[in-house]
Amino acid sequence: MTWDWSAIADFMPRFWDGVLITLQVLVLGSLISFTLGLVWAIAFRAPTRFIRWPVNLVTEFIRTTPLLVQLFFLYFVLPEWGVQFSALTTGTIAIGLHYSTYTAQVYRAGIEAVPPGQWEAATALSLPAHRTWIAVILPQAVRRITPALGNYVIAMLKDTPLLAAIGVLELLQQSRLESASTFQYTEPLTLIGIAFVLIAYPASLLVRALERRLVR
Amino acid sequence: MTAGLWQNWVLPGIWITVQLLVYSAALAAVVAFTVGTARTHRSRTVRFLAGFYTEIFRGTSALVLMFWLFFVVPPLMGRQLVPMWAAVLALGLSYGAYGAEIVRGALNSVAVAQREAGIALSFTPWQRLRLILLPQAVPEMMPSFCNLLIELLKGTALVSLLGVGDVSFAAYLVRLATQESAQIYTISLVIYFVLAFVLTRSMKALERRTKRNLGIESPPGLLGGLFAKDPGRERAEDKLAGTAVAGGASK
Repeated sequence: MTWDWSAIADFMPRFWDGVLITLQVLVLGSLISFTLGLVWAIAFRAPTRFIRWPVNLVTEFIRTTPLLVQLFFLYFVLPEWGVQFSALTTGTIAIGLHYSTYTAQVYRAGIEAVPPGQWEAATALSLPAHRTWIAVILPQAVRRITPALGNYVIAMLKDTPLLAAIGVLELLQQSRLESASTFQYTEPLTLIGIAFVLIAYPASLLVRALERRLVR
Repeated sequence: MTAGLWQNWVLPGIWITVQLLVYSAALAAVVAFTVGTARTHRSRTVRFLAGFYTEIFRGTSALVLMFWLFFVVPPLMGRQLVPMWAAVLALGLSYGAYGAEIVRGALNSVAVAQREAGIALSFTPWQRLRLILLPQAVPEMMPSFCNLLIELLKGTALVSLLGVGDVSFAAYLVRLATQESAQIYTISLVIYFVLAFVLTRSMKALERRTKRNLGIESPPGLLGGLFAKDPGRERAEDKLAGTAVAGGASK
């Protein structure tokens, strides 16, 4: 078994395509999970238990079942219900939905950390609910939770290879295609493994730096 | 779904998932405790090696690692790994790296004076670890380990992509055979949910037991992760329990 540098050179065009798709999934998936997570988190505090209870159940269900199975569920079941998405869109939605249940817990913790006096002050000033959230609570919560959200972005990055299972052309799928045509498994797989470390490690350093600056 | 598929694929699939979970959790625990304690070691080299391990295995994707162990390692070693063991190895090594961070954090959270007391009593480092540090650190680790175990359970679904016949793989085959996607995938998601629920319940019980060994009584959480979500109250009660212990020690 020898290491073949020319296999790496041949793989490079596909590799960059894969990097682009992976990053695209990561950015869009993060946006979905950040917004949807906020929706869940606000629903956790709904005044009636008829909203709180189902939301808790649904998010708990999504959180404790595997992303891979959810991916297959969306990919195979949505078309049966007449909703047709490309593999890339399905994958991005699946990853965003899955991680929204994690970010929801982060938001929840951040919102709970806002002192109760702030809620009372908003009530005393008779601010409407949406102003209380947007102008008082969220600005104070977001500061604390940014590092935790960053951690989930890194986790999401490491889950993007799952999308290969439904044929999305991200890094792993590109290396599988390459190996299928050249029978060289070692070089492409090792390269993308290193690529993940090279993206994830500086990102985690960044999150740690953020944590030092924002959380005191 | 026909009965034959259920008996031939789904039920054995559940069994394989459970086996995978047990084996890889055992491996992950060994890795976590070894690497985690190595990160608090005196020698800088040992600390560096353990840190290096954690960063590499936490940095890369578990699925890519699994493919790498399955396709790259066999030609290097000149022998094939059974898919099941490639999977257990990949899951155990990568989730062990996450566990190592939990172990390190918990060991660091034990009061420094406890370690110093051990030194004053001229305990060997091993005795200090076994008799003083770990008994106090383990209850600290339990909630995080519970989360990690759920992550590991979800991670086992990845092995279906190597062709190991777990629940996800069974779902895939049954879908191919019957074309009833909605039904079979709903069932398999529910199976995972039930497994996870059983896990959190038993880990909560274990947590209460380890805490009781330290004299901390935590409230019995019967409904647990699903319905009894009042973290504020839980935290307050934890704090109360904490002061009770501290008060007892000062008397």
